[in-house]
Amino acid sequence: MTVKTIKVDQLARVEGEGALKVIARDGVVQSAELNIFEPPRFFEAFLRDRMYTEAPDITARICGICPVAYQMSAVHAMENALGVAVDGPLRELRRLIYCGEWIESHTLHIYMLHAPDFLGYEGAIEMARDHADIVRRGLDLKRAGNSIIALLGGREIHPINVRVGGFYRAPRRRELQPLAEELKRARDWALATVRWTAGFDFPDMERDYEFVALRGDGEYPFSQGRIASSRGLDISAAEYDEHFEETHVEHSTALHAHIKTRGPYLTGPLARYALNAASLSPLAREAAREAGLGSACANPFRSIIVRAVEVLYACDEALRIIADYEEPERSAVDLDARAATGYAATEAPRGMLYHRYQLTADGKIADARIVPPTSQNQPSIEEDLKTFATAWLDLPDDALRHRCEQTIRNHDPCISCATHFLRLEIDRGG
Amino acid sequence: MERARRPKLAVWKFASCDGCQLSLLDCEDELLEVAGEIEIAHFLEATRATIQGPYDLSLVEGSVTTAHDAARIQEIRKQSRFLVTIGACATAGGIQALRNFADVREYTAIVYARPDYIQTLATSTAIGDHVKVDFELRGCPISTRQLIEVISAFLAGRKPQTPPHSVCVECKIAGNLCVMVGHGTPCLGPVTHAGCGAVCPAYNRGCYGCYGPMETPNTPSLSAGLSKLGMDDDALKRIYRTFNANADAFRKESERHDR
Repeated sequence: MTVKTIKVDQLARVEGEGALKVIARDGVVQSAELNIFEPPRFFEAFLRDRMYTEAPDITARICGICPVAYQMSAVHAMENALGVAVDGPLRELRRLIYCGEWIESHTLHIYMLHAPDFLGYEGAIEMARDHADIVRRGLDLKRAGNSIIALLGGREIHPINVRVGGFYRAPRRRELQPLAEELKRARDWALATVRWTAGFDFPDMERDYEFVALRGDGEYPFSQGRIASSRGLDISAAEYDEHFEETHVEHSTALHAHIKTRGPYLTGPLARYALNAASLSPLAREAAREAGLGSACANPFRSIIVRAVEVLYACDEALRIIADYEEPERSAVDLDARAATGYAATEAPRGMLYHRYQLTADGKIADARIVPPTSQNQPSIEEDLKTFATAWLDLPDDALRHRCEQTIRNHDPCISCATHFLRLEIDRGG
Repeated sequence: MERARRPKLAVWKFASCDGCQLSLLDCEDELLEVAGEIEIAHFLEATRATIQGPYDLSLVEGSVTTAHDAARIQEIRKQSRFLVTIGACATAGGIQALRNFADVREYTAIVYARPDYIQTLATSTAIGDHVKVDFELRGCPISTRQLIEVISAFLAGRKPQTPPHSVCVECKIAGNLCVMVGHGTPCLGPVTHAGCGAVCPAYNRGCYGCYGPMETPNTPSLSAGLSKLGMDDDALKRIYRTFNANADAFRKESERHDR
């Protein structure tokens, strides 16, 4: 019997610290593990006894890459508990800041983390030596996303302007105008990005995923909509716990999420696109068609194109919001504490992010539960490795290892996010 | 003329959210220039390529929360000519240092179904509690402007210019209305280290201390003012116990209200 073990002890170009291990026997992959060895940080524990108003700032610190997603899931869950809805211009501003995060985070992934795999570089800085103009375009596009977050949120990372009920200060119309100028240029760069990524050489590999994403009512989803799947699931966020479960497995310190009775599923750009492509803006839809995406895409390597389409959509949507923006009379709605439980799921760049909070009558958090996209996707990522690696076993070790790394990067895993639920890896091999 | 050897930069991660090292990639205008001046020898978030130490400048993000990490920082110190901590986790233990006020076994049981799989220390501590640190950059997150200043200062062989005064001074420079005086909003600006540019007051909000305590802060005096604005002991305890909860001045002040 021949045994082949492929290990990468420190995955590069992912957010956070992870490792992978694939074991094959006699030409068949026996097991594939994405190990996460970030130390736990215990957010759900220390959220207890904090005021509901503190959750957006505290949970933002789970992830420096997608703090807006944490803030949005937190404020929506709290508002759900307190029985208020935030509509009109405040709702539009929330979509706008989320556009900023999608542009920033997706562009980081496309240009700095993912594209170097397709073009044969170790990273974007190495890629810039041969393709300076392209990397420059990526950085400019990323900055456009950051400009939205900085203006609306006060700063790019861990924005300070988001609160339960709205914002601390709503922007004036004229403050948004310079942003529109930058976003018009960004939209051109985003379109160029779709065309650039569509020209990459992709392995011909598909999987039969169950896609799970929010489905918006005629709009591409950020923070609102029902949780839907490509196999017929259609529930509200409050029903999440009835349909999904997490298990604590030993090989990786992550809690693995499954749909009860069915198993692994995939969230993120591929899932959002499969369930909402018809709600993209005309420009984004046309770019997707031109890139050959069809009505759904089940090849995870091509997720880079879907991310580019979503960046294009986010530029378009941000421009629409700015053009239509009416200054709200007040920057936040009134809130009264009450004993209740609140639920919300929103679409972080890398997938669905679920929060649930139980509040006491005086507004303190009695219990918190947070399920980040990476722990939802981890079982599917391992299935990808198992399914694909068998076909690559004849490759030299270095090439095989690189392919496996790429298989993980396809899903833009955010290990820092996942970490506070993730087990610490016990066996470090030394 | 042959170009002098470029200094080798390494970026290390401990328990953190990744936001401070992301700040380096957020320097969209300067990143490629910095990469021209410095050899990026170890920065896993950005590149697979790694170069062996020793390193001229190590930027360390995150706090120490495991026995393995306590050993790892010793090794990194040995390999680093200069070691700079970036952000509140590395400089003060971060939000995860809230465990220092609680029972970590209870925390583990709340989050994990199988606490026996989890290995973690009872505390989250700053890098400076374990090894000598050459410079501490504050903030949750750090400011990209200050990060560029630190790297530039290192390249030029000078001390970084990061004023140790309070956020109040930054508010005065920015011409912000004082949120405490103007509309009675509680604010940690008088005791908080500058660096953010007084961003919260500029958005009609009180400072929440994410840059940690300034040099010689008068926290009891501020707390007296905050209680006049209606904050009780529990609220005072919580306001000092966030992202720099284990920084000396904030920890001591929070303990005065923990009853």
